[in-house]
Amino acid sequence: MTATPLLEVRHLSKNFGPVQALSDLSMMVRAGEVVALAGDNGAGKTTLIKAISGVYQPSGGEILLKGKAVSFASPQEARDQGIETIYQDLALADNLTIGANIFLGREPMRRAFGILPVLDRAKMAEAAKSTMALLDFHVSRLEAPVSNFSGGQRQAVAIGRAVYWNAQILIMDEPTAALGVPEQRKVIQLIHQLKAQGRGVIFISHNLQDIFAVADRIVVLRRGVRAGERRIAETTHDEVVKLMVGG
Amino acid sequence: MTSSPEHVAPEADHADKARTVLQRVADLRAWLFLAFLILGFEIWSRVSFGGTFLFNPFNIQSIAVFAVAPLLLATGQTFVIISGGIDLSMGFIMGLAAVVAAHVINWATPGMGLGFAVIFGALVAVLVAAIPGLVNGMLVAFLKVPPFIGTLGMFGVARGVAFLLAGGTTVPVKNEVFAALGNSRLYGVPYIIMVTAVFVVIMHYLLSQTKFGQHNYAIGANAQAARRAGINIKWHLLRLYVLSGMCAGLAGVLYAARFSAGAAQAGEPLLLDSVAAVVIGGASLFGGSGTILGTVAGALVIAVIQYGLVFINVAPFWQFISVGVVIIISVLIDQAQRRFSGGRQSE
Ligand SMILES: Nc1ncnc2c1ncn2[C@@H]1O[C@H](COP(=O)(O)OP(=O)(O)O)[C@@H](O)[C@H]1O
Ligand SMILES: [Mg+2]
Repeated sequence: MTATPLLEVRHLSKNFGPVQALSDLSMMVRAGEVVALAGDNGAGKTTLIKAISGVYQPSGGEILLKGKAVSFASPQEARDQGIETIYQDLALADNLTIGANIFLGREPMRRAFGILPVLDRAKMAEAAKSTMALLDFHVSRLEAPVSNFSGGQRQAVAIGRAVYWNAQILIMDEPTAALGVPEQRKVIQLIHQLKAQGRGVIFISHNLQDIFAVADRIVVLRRGVRAGERRIAETTHDEVVKLMVGG
Repeated sequence: MTSSPEHVAPEADHADKARTVLQRVADLRAWLFLAFLILGFEIWSRVSFGGTFLFNPFNIQSIAVFAVAPLLLATGQTFVIISGGIDLSMGFIMGLAAVVAAHVINWATPGMGLGFAVIFGALVAVLVAAIPGLVNGMLVAFLKVPPFIGTLGMFGVARGVAFLLAGGTTVPVKNEVFAALGNSRLYGVPYIIMVTAVFVVIMHYLLSQTKFGQHNYAIGANAQAARRAGINIKWHLLRLYVLSGMCAGLAGVLYAARFSAGAAQAGEPLLLDSVAAVVIGGASLFGGSGTILGTVAGALVIAVIQYGLVFINVAPFWQFISVGVVIIISVLIDQAQRRFSGGRQSE
């Protein structure tokens, strides 16, 4: 590979007091690549993505963004540099529209009658429409609060917000865990869309079906260390399970 | 693998339009209710006295004047309730402001003249009312005190301070301009109604058209999402409770103007009316929903019930019962609506 990876993690470690949650972990994500993180409970997956997204400060190692070493003091700093984490339920204000959620905290304003500053709802609706279309979700209900939408659609709204604000790397912790089967399929579709747009995706999943449906590579963690890494095209469910349980 | 586009099924879209219409009707329920209520009194009035209820300007004006103070409290309360909180201290902040306005205007009138003394006294009273609001905000935002508890404490403090400042009695005001503000009309419309109307429009704008209002809704629905979106929640809550304190302050000033006196207990019976107006107006006590327009209707519903029952000569205690019943009905409707339209749609 010649292109610089979008994100590279080198020898990352993180301990909570005596607990070594992560040690000497290296991995990378290229543009348009989907990397799955797998491993048993307590393997360190969540710790890894929290270290990448600025929630935790790593105890050692480095993070490179497009080849340049970075360190994030807060999730906000990571977001400012294009690393967005999609959370399941914390992400949306249910009583607001898709547009209002996309722009939450950075609402566009316009001047009514040339003087009075008011929220630019038309712009928000327009952005909502085009962003959701970009994700292949065609929504007609732009005035409806997001509570009216299904779980998969809400996931799409959260992803849409990241896409609108130009996130280059999207991180998802078990994005399909709380969803029914048809909804899970939609989220997998969404990840395909993100990949097609040249973004990098890291997602944690326990569902090998999902991983094999959408990931390019899988990184398996076991007790805080990398148990193995495989290209999806060159591995099998059996092999991945063996990596996860060890032996 | 190719992804197939996600189209909303036409039937779903249809069901959705019906849902939207129902939602609109539900949002307007306080206005519908107000219309029925007025119609009821109108019929009663024609049948028993052979006269009109609604088309009597005196009645309309009395109801509007009646609604002023509870409505001013309720506009501030609307913001607080949407954010997921409640402000129990507003009633006594109103009393405190009324007493402060009375004292300051009396003190300033000889030196400043009638008009300037009123402006000065009103400003001081509203600023003084902002102080307990600020303390409420600090308790809720920084010390994580539940709004119910923090503002209940401030209820006691404001009450005590107001009675101390008033020396345990009412404080009469000697200033004709102030009395005129409270009791005179321009083109037949009382000044206090004009002031209230302008203020309500500003509050409507603030809630529905600004970032502050938008963030208020977001915080009420999902504070964590709001925080993650970069909204400074502490700063927001601080400003929010200052705003509600100042609403109570304005209510206190207009009360003092109307009666040419400041009284510590001015707002005591109005606090619950203000919460009732917000709830009848369609806000949820769980936060995240409500509008100023709905609250206006809610305040008018209460005023019409109270005035109307007196008008048709029913024992005044029926007011409490009627308003209580209306509150309960409103909450039941809110919950039914939540169950019906708040449910996620899976398709
Ligand atoms: N905030 C924390 N404080 C202390 N220990 C933690 C904390 N977060 C995670 N750990 C520990 O780190 C290890 C890895 O946890 P985690 O990253 O959540 O695993 P996974 O997401 O793979 O299930 C576990 O042993 C867990 O108990
Ligand atoms: Mg985890």
